[in-house]
Amino acid sequence: MAQKLPHKNVVIVGLGWTGSILAYELASAGLDVVAIERGPWRDTAADFPPSTSPDELRYATRLDLFLRPAQDTLTFRNKMNETALPIRSFIGFLPGNGVGGAGLHWNGQLWRFLPSDFKLRSHLTQRYGASALAADTTIQDWPVSYDDLEPFYQKFDALCGTSGKAGNLKGKIQVGGNPFEGARAAEYPTPPLKQPYAPTLFGKAASSLGYHPFPQPSCNLSEPYTNSLGVKMGQCTFCGFCERFGCGNYSKSSPQACVLPALMRLPNFTARTESEVLRVNLDSTGKKATGVTFVDTSGQEFEQPADMVLLCAFGLFNVRLMLLSGIGTPYDPTTGKGVVGRNYAYQTTSGVSIMMKKGTRLNPFISSGAGGVVIDDFNGDNFDHAGLGFVGGAALSATQSNGRPISTRPVAPGTPAWGAAWKKATVEGYQRGYGLGTQGSSYSYKDCYLDLDPTYKDRFGRPLMRLTFDFHENELKMSAYVTEKLAGIARAMDAEIVTPHPRTGPYTITQYQSTHNTGGTVMGSDPSDSVVNRYCQSWDVPNLFIPGGASVFPQNHGYNPTGTVGALAYWTADAIKQRYLKNPGALL
Amino acid sequence: MRAILSSAALATALATSPALSQNPQDFSQIERGRYLSILGDCAGCHTAPGGKPMAGGLAIGTPFGKIIAPNITPDVDTGIGAMSDDQFVAALQEGRGKGGQRLYPAMPYIYYTKMSREDILAIRAYLNSLQPVVNAVVADQLPFPLDQRAVMIVWNTLNFTPGRFRPVEGKSAEWNRGYFIVEGPGHCGACHTPKGILGGDKTKRLYEGAALSGWFAPALTPDARSGLAAWSVEDIATYLKTGANKWTLASGPMADVITASTKHMRDDDLRAIATYLKDHGKPARDTAKPLAGNGAAMKAGAAIYKDNCSACHRDDGMGAPGLFPRLAGSANVQSRDVTTLARVVLAGTRAVSTDAAPTAPAMPSFSWRLTDGEVANLLTYIRNGWGNAASAVSASGIAGHRKQLASPN
Repeated sequence: MAQKLPHKNVVIVGLGWTGSILAYELASAGLDVVAIERGPWRDTAADFPPSTSPDELRYATRLDLFLRPAQDTLTFRNKMNETALPIRSFIGFLPGNGVGGAGLHWNGQLWRFLPSDFKLRSHLTQRYGASALAADTTIQDWPVSYDDLEPFYQKFDALCGTSGKAGNLKGKIQVGGNPFEGARAAEYPTPPLKQPYAPTLFGKAASSLGYHPFPQPSCNLSEPYTNSLGVKMGQCTFCGFCERFGCGNYSKSSPQACVLPALMRLPNFTARTESEVLRVNLDSTGKKATGVTFVDTSGQEFEQPADMVLLCAFGLFNVRLMLLSGIGTPYDPTTGKGVVGRNYAYQTTSGVSIMMKKGTRLNPFISSGAGGVVIDDFNGDNFDHAGLGFVGGAALSATQSNGRPISTRPVAPGTPAWGAAWKKATVEGYQRGYGLGTQGSSYSYKDCYLDLDPTYKDRFGRPLMRLTFDFHENELKMSAYVTEKLAGIARAMDAEIVTPHPRTGPYTITQYQSTHNTGGTVMGSDPSDSVVNRYCQSWDVPNLFIPGGASVFPQNHGYNPTGTVGALAYWTADAIKQRYLKNPGALL
Repeated sequence: MRAILSSAALATALATSPALSQNPQDFSQIERGRYLSILGDCAGCHTAPGGKPMAGGLAIGTPFGKIIAPNITPDVDTGIGAMSDDQFVAALQEGRGKGGQRLYPAMPYIYYTKMSREDILAIRAYLNSLQPVVNAVVADQLPFPLDQRAVMIVWNTLNFTPGRFRPVEGKSAEWNRGYFIVEGPGHCGACHTPKGILGGDKTKRLYEGAALSGWFAPALTPDARSGLAAWSVEDIATYLKTGANKWTLASGPMADVITASTKHMRDDDLRAIATYLKDHGKPARDTAKPLAGNGAAMKAGAAIYKDNCSACHRDDGMGAPGLFPRLAGSANVQSRDVTTLARVVLAGTRAVSTDAAPTAPAMPSFSWRLTDGEVANLLTYIRNGWGNAASAVSASGIAGHRKQLASPN
């Protein structure tokens, strides 16, 4: 029997970026807010002191900050005619666990999508004709434009203190920035990071080929910063312990570093950790959420009644909660009808390994999660796709995030995988080896989706979520194309050995590629092809919002999702404060 | 909501307090008393963490044992509801409790004596407006012979000069206001002035800094290195208001003072305090000369600093304002007593969080990682790096601090 808790105005599921932003925005507007987080409380001071946080074995190898499959997992298959099996060890992608969520363990690469990305289907159709798109692609226009989101991208930048160089200020192209980006109203809050040696060489080589290199927008800050909530951040020390780690130097933007110090001071905000939400509760009409039911570590169930429910979990788990709560129509891939679980997409990544000439000292340990140099010449629709046989693209970069001793062991091709020869090669390779990368778009398809598994259940007896995904020809062609372009830059770097690794199918969960899992509760202009409207409000249950988790992306683009996640969080907070609270109900 | 609660509480107080002789509608007196209670940091001791306001119960550690702050809500049986105004005034001005028994000077009456009867009755009026709380506090937990309150008669003779505040002619009104707050209700000397064997202020060494509760309350003297010479009036006021300024961040007991008292003070009063502290007639005594950088301890300390400290505090010892305290030119770093320094390195600490400076960054503990000798060399280095100058620190001294931190009692 669930114990009923006192009523709140707002219950938030998950205390990561979107949860903490919404909590701050709504609690500071006077609402009583509770956030329910399935993982532990995590705090910079207590959990990530710089004297212990750079522990590669604990955090990068043993994945201390991540979800344990015993807590929750998914089943996976490539094709609809296969039987999905549970993921018993997260490798291919790594869902976070605990306060901060993915915003704690990320590298800090803060991107905006291109203006043309937001009207993807109409833009591509207009430029190349409908026949240029695969018959089974389900890509669609976003219900918001770049211009709609620009002020909210700006707000998220002001929260994070992002370091970078604008390439387009109010329509004027700026030297040294990304000339392909959408117009920014203002320069980045802090100047770009200094570049280590390998990215510097990459930038020179890219320039020599006529491309447009620029420093990657970084949430590892180049200088001390006081953010929009009055919270102080420090300067990045290039220690190279970002992804999979908490930052003890207060220099990587995260809910911990940027929001919680201000949020936790608000007396009308409460965080409940180590409490897993089982479902969203609906009233008898099924059109109104009455709150959520969650279970704590002792197994005690609680009902948290609230006027509004905000799903702020990692995208995959927002989708699952919708399915488990019976909100919206589940997607059926055979008919194409239904929306919850539809348009799952990922990220198409590839790399080029290089071995510089003998005597080169790249000093890869001088690095940061989001430093490095990028070109955007082959991303999105920044280049003419006519005759290429694919759409989409990728950012090409020298952004190796670390030179940590366990994971950074570059060796020349043909080196044995173990033994004396490997040891010798790894000593030789450390200063000369480097990994260049591409991060590309992943468009959505009819047969890539999320639903509830018919067989496997979690520890509470709820069906696991089933992921059905494989790369499609469009993405593999794109990867081959951009990886070859990247190899061209590698050769211009005068590397001795250049080894391209274009993405090949089938998709495997046994090799880490990316944790950018998107879609499943996508936003749109029409309830027939979306779960939430342009304000991230459920079409079916208007007092439920999914404020910007990557599950609302209609497809994924060639950039890290967090910038758009943060912008959508502020966009939704604004819609709730300016519109919904004045007249609660469907906004559209 | 607060206003409604207060008037409800006031109605209760009217019914229960025989001592309330003021006009019950005279809220200006209550407000004056409320503000004086902030200047006097009454809540710092009389409100226990998580407890009801002024209901007592916080154990105050003294070198002689623990004293529990009593309940000063208007409850008749367990609070001060049955005290007469005269008794209340005598308590604050003379250290005499109900029935003439002596108070222990953990209650800072030796400073509160500077307040006028009107001030003290205003505080009384404010306390009477609070919710009466039934909470019987056994204040005396001192060992014999200190449990004999009559002992305090002798103590008072030696250490206590009763008397009201008198402005100093020739000084500005702002300076005199600061003088009143610092020497009177603010009772800054209670922590910052060294104590004699009996715990009384060493009046010849006012504000020279003192160790207490495992911390060193730094000097408030005009010394260039270990005092306030380098801090501007603005620096001091900002520190008291926000817990952070361009030099440092507050933690330890001062964090509690800022949280309960100084951050609620008016900006003009904070400037007055700073104006007085910058000019209270105490001559500078610093004579330290920097140690040579090529000594063995300095070289070892520099290497330890580079590995463990420089990521935040920077190679130049400048830190980052509001986040990582500056060590170059820091008075805390150059204090004659390294209790705070040793504690912060061995046990770590966390800065206070205020609305104006919410970050509350932390210093991690290095006790598991650095030996006594390494901590000593490190401290010797930071005390003499970047133009700093202070005495060298010994490994045996650090061993003592480590032991003390492991078992504070």
